[in-house]
Amino acid sequence: MAKITFPVEASHIMMFARSIGDTNPVYHDAEAAKKTEAGGIIAPPSFAQSVAQFNPDYFLRPKPGQPWFGSGKTASGVEGKASSSGGLHAEQHFEFHRHIGPGDVLSVETKPGASWEKESKRAGKLMFRESITEYRDQNGNLVITARSVGVTTERPVSQG
Amino acid sequence: MALKASALKVGDTHSERVVDNLSRTQIVQYAGTSGDYNPLHTDEVYTTQVAGYPSVFAHGMLTMGLTGKMLTNYVGDGRLTKFGVRFTNQVWPGDTLDATATVAAIREEGGVKLVDLTLSTVNQDGKEVMTGNATARAD
Repeated sequence: MAKITFPVEASHIMMFARSIGDTNPVYHDAEAAKKTEAGGIIAPPSFAQSVAQFNPDYFLRPKPGQPWFGSGKTASGVEGKASSSGGLHAEQHFEFHRHIGPGDVLSVETKPGASWEKESKRAGKLMFRESITEYRDQNGNLVITARSVGVTTERPVSQG
Repeated sequence: MALKASALKVGDTHSERVVDNLSRTQIVQYAGTSGDYNPLHTDEVYTTQVAGYPSVFAHGMLTMGLTGKMLTNYVGDGRLTKFGVRFTNQVWPGDTLDATATVAAIREEGGVKLVDLTLSTVNQDGKEVMTGNATARAD
């Protein structure tokens, strides 16, 4: 995948913190954040995943003029799609070399990692795919390394 | 406030209720900020009629974010060096989640004091929805 440019912005961090119910001023109040050890606003640890906003081709965002698999006139805008549960997120790991904040402009590159299969009682055959994402800052320094594992299930995960 | 290594011992825990009665609206809010608009999280019609689930469910990353709130409250701002999780069960609208960090090790690496934590987030039925590990710099 091509490199994605991820400008880290204060309003995005504020909205992200709200969406996880985190009222810590270090995520939204520049004056209060200055007095903390962080020295200014920083992003919550799992914020890095919001790089999806800056991926022009991100497949989980509806795009003008293109069919979308969610509901509209019908239950799915893409007919004939298998009723499989599609991909689910199995694991996510972050390693922080530095905590990012507003003003950082990250260059983000994702590379495929290992893939493997497993049989499960709750969802049939599971296909796992790993990807490694490196976030570098405007000085070329590695700031975050992320490892993500996605799983595609044979059928929806049974509950209970 | 950062952790003080000398005041910690293996087995110490910190718990927080990180969400009470999770709303579909909060899941929508998370979709908007993360950019993950997978209809499995926000579109009840698609999720029940096409995907075959009983209702929409939260992004795993929302559970990670909620758990991260407990974690940063405990270890201090900007102190995490590692944070990794496995999503073990789905989180549904109406769920109430409690997240716990347990001190697994206190060590020093290159003169830096580090605390290793194991993480567990459970729902109102005591079912574990996420497990994980984290490492933070301590004083």
